[in-house]
Order: sequence, then C-alpha cells, then structure tokens
Amino acid sequence: MHRIISTIKQDHILGLARAGKRIDGRDMEQYREISVEKGVIRTANGSARVRIGKTQVLVGVKLQHSEPFPDTPSSGVLMVNAELLPMASPTFEPGPPDENAIELARVVDRGIRESESIDLEKLGIKPGEDVWGVFIDIHVLDHDGNLIDASALGAIAALLDVKPPQDEAWTLPEFPVVRKPVAVTLAKIDEKLLVDPCLDEENVMEARLTMTTTEDGSLCAIQKGGRGCFTRDELERAYRIARDKGQELRKLLG
Amino acid sequence: MEEQKKLIVDGRRLDGRAPDELRPIRIEAGVLKRADGSAYIEMGSNKVLAAVYGPREMHPRHEQEPDTAVLRCRYNMAPFSVDERKRPGPDRRSVEISKVTREALEPVLFLEMYPRSVIDVFIEVLEADAGTRTAGINAASVALANAGIPMRDLVSAVAVGKVDDVIVLDLTKEEDQNGQTDMPVAIIPKKKLITLLQMDGSFTEDEFKQALDLAFKGCERIYELQRAALREKYALKEG
Repeated sequence: MHRIISTIKQDHILGLARAGKRIDGRDMEQYREISVEKGVIRTANGSARVRIGKTQVLVGVKLQHSEPFPDTPSSGVLMVNAELLPMASPTFEPGPPDENAIELARVVDRGIRESESIDLEKLGIKPGEDVWGVFIDIHVLDHDGNLIDASALGAIAALLDVKPPQDEAWTLPEFPVVRKPVAVTLAKIDEKLLVDPCLDEENVMEARLTMTTTEDGSLCAIQKGGRGCFTRDELERAYRIARDKGQELRKLLG
Repeated sequence: MEEQKKLIVDGRRLDGRAPDELRPIRIEAGVLKRADGSAYIEMGSNKVLAAVYGPREMHPRHEQEPDTAVLRCRYNMAPFSVDERKRPGPDRRSVEISKVTREALEPVLFLEMYPRSVIDVFIEVLEADAGTRTAGINAASVALANAGIPMRDLVSAVAVGKVDDVIVLDLTKEEDQNGQTDMPVAIIPKKKLITLLQMDGSFTEDEFKQALDLAFKGCERIYELQRAALREKYALKEG
C-alpha cells in the first residue's frame, strides 16, 4: 500500500516533530479523545464501539460451539478477524483481507491470547468434541490512524461486555475475562516518538511500534511495523510510555 | 493442562546448549543458478533457501512506484517442512511474516536507486524447527548481497525468549511451544538498529532488556557468519 501525502504537509509534520509538536496540537505522549461504548449490538454476545479521534472501530464477539484443538481438548478456542471496510478509507478495497488486515487481527489476537486474558480452560463443554469458540470480529468503520490501538481496545471492551449465551451448555456465572491487555502504538517521526499517530502522521512516519501490556505493567505482545528502524534506547522509552499510557486507557474499560 | 516437562535442567537446555548459545549455523551464498542472488542457511535443523530476482521491471505495472523500487517478499513453507503437512499456499501467518520480513530488509536497501522496478525475495522454508522467519531474513540478506544489490549493511536476525523463567537465545520448536515467550529480532549490526521486533508471551521490563541484550549478541555472531559466507563465495580459489 503506497502512502500518498502532499510534500508540503509532510514537511510541515516533520518540522513540527523536530520542534516537539504535532499537527493537531497534541503533546507527543497524548492520545486523541477516546470513547468506548459497550453493548451496541444486540445480536452479538458482546460488542463495543471505540472512537479515537476520528478513527472508529466496531468490535463484536460471538460465542459459538466449536471443535477444540487436538492439543487442548477441553479449552475454548479464540479467533480474531479484522475487516478494513471499503467505507473506512478510499484506499481500502473489498475482497479477502490484505496483509494490513491480517497483521491488525494477529496483533490484537496476540495481545489477548498471550496475556491469557480469557480463561479459555473454563470454556470446555465436552472434552475433545465440543468447546466454546470466542469469535472476535473487528469492523473498521472510519480510518484516521492508529487502527491497532482502537481495535485492541474495542476487542477487550467487547469481551468485558459478553453476556452469557442462552444455551444449556453454558454453565459459568459469567464470561471469564481475567486480564485486560491494552495496546499502545507509537510512531517514529524524525527521531521522535509520538503516541497514537493520526492518519497524516502515519503517512509520514518512518516506523511504528505497538506494545501491549497488562495490569502489572508486563509486556505480552510487541509488533514493529513500517520500513524504518528503532534504537535500543527508543525501545526502552517506548516500553515505559506504553506501560503508563496503557494504565490510562485501561481506566476507560470500566 | 498436564504437568510440563522441564526445558532447562542444571542450566542446560534439552539439546545441551547454554541459555545464551546459538544452534549450529551454516550459511552458503550463491546456491541457485537462475536466481540473481541466493543463499542457503541451516540454523539447527531449520533449512531455509532464499532467492533474489531484480531489480527488474515491476509487473503488474500498476504496482510500479514512480520514484522508488518496491521490495516484495514471499515467505513460504514447504508442505513437508513441518510434522503435520502444511496446506500449500499462503496462510495468515505467512502473509504476516512476509510483511515483517520485507520491513526488516527495506531499511538496508537503496530502493530509490531503481524507480519503477521491483526486487523480489523468495524465502522457502524446507524444514522448520522454530525461528524460520529469522533464518529466512539471514538468508535473504546474504542473497541480496549475492545479487549485487547495493546495501547499507546486512540484516541479522535471531529469536530470543523465555523458557522455565530463563532468557534464552535461538529457541527450538519444543522451547517455543512449551516456553513462555518468543521474541524474534532483526538488526542492522553496524548501526545497532532494530528492523524487526515481534513478541508474544510475557516479559517484565528487566527480562525485556535482558532479552534484547541477548538478541544483539546472537545477531552479532550471525553477522560474522553471514560475512564469512560471502567472503567464502568470492574468495580467490587456488588452482
């Protein structure tokens, strides 16, 4: 995917970054305004709409009977899928998911899976035959940058919204979410690290880094993206920012 | 889950390695005749081939970029490279690996020197034992050099991780599957810049730093082996 941005805007953003400023007036470590609404889709078991600035993502969770993996016969299965809807950006096209959609889904998946956010071991029904499948579908409605953080936040919000299904196979008092992983993405522009890049910033950034942390501040997933590089020192700074911003974002989950 | 067996006993890993030890590595440059550049790597029992074509005309034309070459990477696993036959063709994992591999290699290339063209990198995993993406990057970077494509430096890559609460270098499949954390890293050794970083599992801040140190150490050793493979390829042979 080629990024198109006018040279004048590019130079403007670079010049601002050099001076420690941003195109929309934010601090380097400041998110845009975030809203998290839960329970927005009645037909989903859990759902959430997340807005970060003008970026808008809708996440639905469905629980369905599934077949377990052979190596974990009595554990539930987790699936994350992301769709970059053509309505969300002039650069998104209909069709099977491209590498950006796949990467988005897999980064969100790793955050939830590796933090052991859902106690999947409790989601068995009949060992070896029947378990609960947790299907997280990320619908990107409007793309103004930082889809990863919006999607990851939407996913955990939707999981926290899951109401037990009306099904006799369901025996738990509530859906077992035990940890809240939060992804924080930083863009590198002119040697500076900016939290929550908007689309214009994404179009000029050299690289991005997403770090997903849990309540205790430990890391559960990392993903570097883009054609640039990071220094060792930048990684350590990024971690501290991701941990602190992660705590902030987690408060929005209620 | 049932009781897991120990992966580290008396400070040694199941294959006898110390935590900070790489598996045996063998790299050979220029192993394919038709490709413009190629390399073969064995890292432990990983066997990976990389081939480079280009810079050449970009097809389809609409994917040409007027001011730069495009790097295209395809990471692919042979169906017989894993225990359970892998269905041929790209799956979600290999699409993601192809993307991060491209992004790991792009920083060392002078793509702006070849507008409208494409450099194709094909990575074929013939036998897999964890760390195939990093093995693929190591081979691809030697293959790019073997193709005579101008580069700022090579890219060296290795995975680090955590097993039995110990930070270890270059995980085997057994360690990856039963361990706690896997973190593939690629660097530009001369400038100490990180071009690929992924992680899944759990790390505290200290563990993360320790793992990065170990990754740099491993990459530097691999860098020597990559350069040795290229020197070997182009050395004057006697007789």
